[in-house]
Amino acid sequence: MINAAPEMLMLAALVIPLVAAVGIPLFHSVPAMREGVTIGAALALFLVVISLAPAVLAGARPELFDLEIVEGVSIGFKVEPLGMLFALVAGSLWIVNSVYSIGYMRGNNEPRQTTFYLCFAIAIFATIALAFSKNLLTLFLFYELLTISTYPLVTHKANADAREGGRTYMLLLLGTSMGLLLPAILITYGLAGTLTFQAGGILPDTAEPWTLSILLALFIFGIGKAAVMPFHFWLPSAMVAPTPVSALLHAVAVVKAGVFTVLKVIVYIFGLETLTTSQINEPLIYFVAFCLIAASVVALTKDNLKARLAYSTVSQLAYIVLAALLATSVSVVGGGLHIAMHAAGKITLFFCAGAIYTALHKTEISDLDGIGRLMPVTMTAFLIGSLSIIGLPPFGGTWSKWFIGMGALDAGYVFVVAVLMISSILNVVYLLPIVARAFFRPLPGVADGEPVAIKEAPLACVVPLSLTAGACLVLFFTAEPIAELIEAALPVAGGGETPSGAAGAAGEQPTAATGGGS
Amino acid sequence: MSAEALPTAPFVLADHLPVLPIIVPLIGAAIAALMPRGWLAWAVATVSSVLVAILSVLLLLQVQETGTISYALGGWEPPLGIEYRVDTLNAFVLMIVGAIGAVIMLYALESVPQDVRPRQQPFFYAIYLLCLCGLLGMAVTGDAFNIFVFMEISSLATYVLIAMGRDKRALLAAYQYLIMGTIGATFYVLGIGLLYTVTGTLNLADIAGRIAEAYQVYPRAIIAALAFVIVGISLKLALFPLHVWLPNAYTFAPPFATVFLAATATKVAVYILLRMYFDVFGPAVSVEALPVTQAIMILALIAMFAASFLAFYENRVERMLAYSSVAQVGYIMLGMALANESGLTGGIVHLFNHAISKAALFLAIGAVVFRLGHTRMEELAGVGRRMPITMAAFVVGGLSIIGVPGTAGFVSKWNLAMGAIENGTPFLVFLIMASSIIAVLYVGRFIEVAYFRAPTGDCETARDPGLTMLLPTLLMAAAVIYFGFETTYSADLARDAARALIGGSQG
Repeated sequence: MINAAPEMLMLAALVIPLVAAVGIPLFHSVPAMREGVTIGAALALFLVVISLAPAVLAGARPELFDLEIVEGVSIGFKVEPLGMLFALVAGSLWIVNSVYSIGYMRGNNEPRQTTFYLCFAIAIFATIALAFSKNLLTLFLFYELLTISTYPLVTHKANADAREGGRTYMLLLLGTSMGLLLPAILITYGLAGTLTFQAGGILPDTAEPWTLSILLALFIFGIGKAAVMPFHFWLPSAMVAPTPVSALLHAVAVVKAGVFTVLKVIVYIFGLETLTTSQINEPLIYFVAFCLIAASVVALTKDNLKARLAYSTVSQLAYIVLAALLATSVSVVGGGLHIAMHAAGKITLFFCAGAIYTALHKTEISDLDGIGRLMPVTMTAFLIGSLSIIGLPPFGGTWSKWFIGMGALDAGYVFVVAVLMISSILNVVYLLPIVARAFFRPLPGVADGEPVAIKEAPLACVVPLSLTAGACLVLFFTAEPIAELIEAALPVAGGGETPSGAAGAAGEQPTAATGGGS
Repeated sequence: MSAEALPTAPFVLADHLPVLPIIVPLIGAAIAALMPRGWLAWAVATVSSVLVAILSVLLLLQVQETGTISYALGGWEPPLGIEYRVDTLNAFVLMIVGAIGAVIMLYALESVPQDVRPRQQPFFYAIYLLCLCGLLGMAVTGDAFNIFVFMEISSLATYVLIAMGRDKRALLAAYQYLIMGTIGATFYVLGIGLLYTVTGTLNLADIAGRIAEAYQVYPRAIIAALAFVIVGISLKLALFPLHVWLPNAYTFAPPFATVFLAATATKVAVYILLRMYFDVFGPAVSVEALPVTQAIMILALIAMFAASFLAFYENRVERMLAYSSVAQVGYIMLGMALANESGLTGGIVHLFNHAISKAALFLAIGAVVFRLGHTRMEELAGVGRRMPITMAAFVVGGLSIIGVPGTAGFVSKWNLAMGAIENGTPFLVFLIMASSIIAVLYVGRFIEVAYFRAPTGDCETARDPGLTMLLPTLLMAAAVIYFGFETTYSADLARDAARALIGGSQG
C-alpha cells in the first residue's frame, strides 16, 4: 500500500502505463529488460490502484486536469466507485496477463513482440483513463484510443485472416462509436448543456420520453464494445489475435470498457430514476434478454474453442447491459460485480485456450479428447472458470447472477429471472462438455490406463491461469467490499423506496454467504 | 520580435503591419528570381516565409488586442483608396497560410530539387513566393477588385507551380486548372462589376453599407451579382461539382507545391466566400430571394459523400487525398450553410484543422514519392514497415480526417455537429458521422496495404527520408494532436470570427 494523496495516486495510475509505453521500445533489443518494464509497470499500477481504492471507498473523489477542448466540455479525470472497480479489475489482471503473455509469445515464437507490448501498454493506459473519465467526452476519447491501440494487436499475425478480422473490428467499433455513440453524446450535450457524470443523471426532466428512448437506444447500440447484437461481430473477428490479447482485451479491457460505459451512462447520465419512471428501458430489456439467449445458442454451435468463448462473452456482456437497463440499485450492483466476476472467469478460460494452443497446438474443441491427462492443471482451471461463468457456488459468478436476478424481481421483470436460468443451463451445455471431453474421453492413440507424461504449457502460462482460477474462488468470499464500492456510486438518499431497501439487501447477502461458506 | 516589443519598434513598421505580409514575399520573389543558385533562392524564400509567418502571428495578436484594423494603402483613405482591413477571421486565415508556408520550407530543401531542374529552381521559389503573396493579399484586402487582382496573382503562380511537376500530365493538369480557374475569376469579376454598377464602390465595407439601399432599386442585378460571385469562388474552392480541376492538380504538381496548395489555396477561397456572403451581401439579400445556403448545404452534403466514395475507389494515394480534400471542403461549406454560431465555428476551425491534417498527409506522401517515385497503391505494399516514421505521421493525419477524438479533426466535427443540432436538424449529425465512416474506409484501405502486405519491389529497400523532410512532417502531425486538445488558438478564434460574421449579416 502506498500512502499518498489520492490525486497523486490517480496521476501515477495514468502515467505508469505511459512510462511503460516509452520504456518498451527503448529496450527493443533486450527482450529481458523489455519484459521487465512491462512486469514492473504492471506491478506498480496494481499497487497504485489498490492503494487508491480505500480512499475512494471512504468517499474521496479526486480530480485531475481540466482542459477545455470544445466550448463547455473539457478533458478531465475524476475517480468514482464504478471507475475504481474497473481500474482495479484491469490493473490486477494486467500483471497475470503480462506473465502469461511472456510465456505465450516466447513459447510460440511470435514476431514483432516489441510492438505487441507497446500497444498493450497503450491499451492499458486507455483503459485506466477511460475508467477515470470525468465526463462523456473524455470517456469517448479514450474509448476510441482503446479501439485504435488494440487494432495492431488484433492484426498482430499480419496475414489475410488478421487483415479481415481487423477490418471488421475497426469498422464495427469505429462505425458504431462515430455513427451512433457520438451523435448520442452530442444530443445529450444539446439537451443537458453538460456531459459531466453526476449521480442521479444530467438529462433534464423536461426532455420528451421519445427523445430519451431514442437516445438510450443510440447509447446501447452505439457502445459497440458492449457487443449488443447486431453489433457483436467484431468480437469473434478479434479472436484472430494472439490469445493473451483475446484474454485481457477481449474478455476484460475492451468489452468491459463497453459495459462499463453502459453502466456509467445509465447511472450518471440518465439516472436510475429517470429510466424506471419513464419506462423507456422496457423494449431494450426484452431485446437484450433475447440477445443473451441467442448468443449462448450460437456459442453451442462453435467448435473452435476461442470462437465459443467469444460468443459466451457476448452473452455474458448482455447480462451486464441487462443489469444496467433494469436500473434498480440491486441490479446495478449485480452488473458491476459481473464486470469483476466475469473478468476473472473468462480470462481463466482464455488463458487455458492459449495454454492448450501453446502446448498442443490445438484450437478445435473436437480435438480436445483426453487432454485432461496431458494438462491436468489447465483443465482443472478451465473447470473452475466454467463453473464461475455458469454461476455456481463457491465461485464469484454466483453473486453477480444472484444480484441481477434480485434486481429483475425488484424492477418487476420476472421473466428476466427465467432468462437467467435458461442461460445458465446453456452455459452448462456449452462449457462443461469441453471439460468432460478432456477428462473422460480417451486420448487418441493411447490405450486406457496407460500412463502418459504430463505436457503442460510453460510455467509462465500455467501459473497465471492457476492464479485467476484461484481468484474466481476468492471473489466468492470477497464480494461484499466490491458490492459496497459499487453502492457508493448510487445516490443514497434517493426519494424512492428502492435505494435504501436494495442497499440493505446488497450489503447483507454476501455477509451471510461468507458466514455460511467458511 | 514579440508582442511587447511592438511599441518600441520603429513607429513606421508597427503601423504598417497589415501590408508587410504582402510586401515581404513580393520583394522576396524578385530577389529569389535573381539568385544564381537554387539553394540561395531557397534561402530567400525561407527567410521571406518565416518573416511572413511571424508578421501574420503579430497581426493576429494585434487584432486580438485592438479589434479590427483598417489600413489605407499608400495613404489614400478608403473608400476611394484601397483598404486593407483585418479582423479575427482574416487574421486567422493569414496565420494559417503564413504558418504552413514557413513550416514546409524546410521540406522544400530536399523535395524541390527532385522535381525542378537546378536552373529553374530560382524561378520556382520566386513563383512560390508570388503565390504566397497572392493568397495573403486576397486574405488581407478589403477591396473587392483588389481581391480579384491578388486572386489572379495567386492563380497564375499556381498554374506555373502545377506545371513544374515531373510527370508530363502536370502540364495538362495545369491547363485544366487554368481554364477552370479563369472561368471562376471571370465570374467573380462579373459579379463585382455588377455590384460596382449598382453601388458605385468597390470597398467591401462600403458596398455592405449601400447594398440594402441599392437592393430596393436593382434587386435583380444584386441577385445576379451574388450568383456570379458564389459560383466563381466555388470554382476556386472546389465545391462539388466544380472540383474537377483539383484531383489532377494535386496529383501531378510537385509534392512541395501540392502540400502548399492543398493546405492553403482552397482555404483562402473559402474565406472570400464567407466574407462576401455574410459581410457584403448578408445585409441585403434574403434567403428567399436566392436560396444560397440551401443550395450550398445540398452540394456540401453531396461532396461529403460522393467525394469520399471517389476517394475510396481511387488507386493513387495523392488523388485519394485530393478527393478527400473535396469531401473536407464539403464539411467546411456545410458549416457555412448552417450559418449559426457553432456551425460556422466548425467550418472556420476546419479551415485550420484540415490545413494541418492535409499538410501532414501530403508531406508524408511526398516523402514516399521522394523515396520511391510512385504512389499507386498496389506498389506501396509494406511501405509502413519500411518507412515507419513517415507512415506514423500519415496515420495521425488520417485519424484527423476521420475525426477521431484527440485529433484536430474531431474539434471541427464536434462544432459542426453542434451546429446541426442548434439548427434543429439532428439528422445532419448522422450524415456527418456517416461520411466520417467512409473516411475510415479510404484511410484504412491504404493503411492495410502499407502495413499488412509484405514489401515488394523497391518498397523493400525504402527507408524514412532525411531530417529536413521528416521534421516538417512530424511537426504537422504533432500539431494535429496538439490542436486536438488545445483549442485556444484554433476553435476559440474561430468562434470569435463566427460571431463577428453572424453579427455582420444581422446588423
